[in-house]
Amino acid sequence: MKSKRLNTLTNGVVKSNPTFRLVLGTCPTLAVTTQALNGLAMGAAVTFVLLCSNVMISLLKKLIPDRVRIPAYVVIIATFVTVVQMVMRKWMSPLYEALGVFLPLIVVNCIILARAEAFASCNPVLDSALDGLGMGFGFTLSLTFIGMVREFLGSGSFFGIPVGSLGNVSMSIFIMPAGGFLVYGTLMALVNYLTRLAEERKIRMGSHHEKGEKEAKQ
Amino acid sequence: MNKFVVSSSPHIANRRTVSGIMQEVLIALLPAVIASVYFFGFYALFLELLCVGSAIGAEALYNKVMKREQTIKDCSAAVTGLLLALNLPATVPFYVPIIGSAFAIVFVKMLFGGIGKNFANPAITGRVFLLLAWGALMTKPWGSPIHWSDGGAFYYFRCILKGNSAIQDVAAVTTATPLSSLTQGGYAGKDLLKMFLGATGGSLGETSALALLIGGVYLIVRRIIDWRVPVTFVGTVALFALIYGGANGDALGYILPSVLGGGLLLGAFFMATDYSTSPNTKTGLVVFAFGCGLITSLIRFYGSYPEGVSFAILLMNILTPYIDKAFKMHPFGYVKQKAGGQKK
Repeated sequence: MKSKRLNTLTNGVVKSNPTFRLVLGTCPTLAVTTQALNGLAMGAAVTFVLLCSNVMISLLKKLIPDRVRIPAYVVIIATFVTVVQMVMRKWMSPLYEALGVFLPLIVVNCIILARAEAFASCNPVLDSALDGLGMGFGFTLSLTFIGMVREFLGSGSFFGIPVGSLGNVSMSIFIMPAGGFLVYGTLMALVNYLTRLAEERKIRMGSHHEKGEKEAKQ
Repeated sequence: MNKFVVSSSPHIANRRTVSGIMQEVLIALLPAVIASVYFFGFYALFLELLCVGSAIGAEALYNKVMKREQTIKDCSAAVTGLLLALNLPATVPFYVPIIGSAFAIVFVKMLFGGIGKNFANPAITGRVFLLLAWGALMTKPWGSPIHWSDGGAFYYFRCILKGNSAIQDVAAVTTATPLSSLTQGGYAGKDLLKMFLGATGGSLGETSALALLIGGVYLIVRRIIDWRVPVTFVGTVALFALIYGGANGDALGYILPSVLGGGLLLGAFFMATDYSTSPNTKTGLVVFAFGCGLITSLIRFYGSYPEGVSFAILLMNILTPYIDKAFKMHPFGYVKQKAGGQKK
């Protein structure tokens, strides 16, 4: 039972990473990752909303009529987004400015809706909380990493700190939308490649039975 | 018994090979290369060799890492590298061509499956990438032609060795391109003969219209490229220059500077004619080239960039599959189906 819980938690980080494996929430991913810090903040905001909405929806899943579940989910999500927005505006005003319209747009972020629909609405509260946390963490990790790459190549800095005199030769295309797609695609290819390598290794180390099954498939 | 070889089309083979065509293109680019060395000194040759070398190197390395069959012998990487080099200003530091050709080869060509499978021209996309990456390096200090007397041949070498900023400081070597004053109405008094021969500011390979024309005509005569593309492309640009000029009270004055200036001839003869990124039918080619000319003119006259040839070709590259679909070749004897009619 415990290992199953752990699986629920890590599922969102590696196996079904929302950014690289499920390809959800692409719009904020590309838009805010011009800097690593923005990616981190966006990820943190989404994680908070995801955790709270998953818990709330899991608690209310028996009460919400099936026919109006999507509007009900959106209302719940919007509540938590409003909380995040107010908190950020009060205490993290520069980040609030930097994230701009993409902060309120978390309401319609498809990762949150997808987890509500696919997981929280048919799983117990604790599992839903773990799933929300894992997915949010996976999203945060991906966004921060994309942001780091783009910031390093595009403005020659690391979390806002200039790296040597790299800023003089930085390639501004990487903080433009085109560069966002470029980095996103390249990293996704890399993740796919690493996943394939890991799977191949698992197969090689796996039992004879599994090997035979794989060959039969081919 | 089984002497019949069953294979898919094409069934007629001739001696024309990919490497043969690419070598012809390299030959056709030779006048432009010579012109670039003549006007910008040996640093131009250095940049060209660097571009070709890194393009071939990138392709070889990619094939090696991905364990693919080695494809550098088809010379297409060399053509991509050389075309990219001819699109660079004479003032760029050495890392620009290396990153540009590596991007063009790996991201635009090899990741999509190699030669013939790329959706956009690698050299054009490489140039656009560099333009967006290092906008200042790629447009601001256009090198002006040098004088061969008093050691001018190595002028840009010395500038680069002194550090990059040296070039930007020396106002004497940087110059406006004929195109940059296009929309400011400063066309009157442009030296058309200088523009034709190439003694103006600009990227390495685009300044000399004469050298490009020699190469382009060679390719048309050798039937490597279809004459429809350059003729329609240049014709469209000339037409819009006529209209724009007419609206500004100088109907004829804009035509020749528009055709001779910027990267139009280089793009029309060598980049828009790339086989895998242009339509397959003759009608399609004309539509494609017209689109290139239209977008080029719109960007030149109304856009924020002074030159639009590379963006125009890139955009039309992306539209090529749709043009191919719209102007499909019908097989002989094909009867057009009536709308709603039932046909057996």
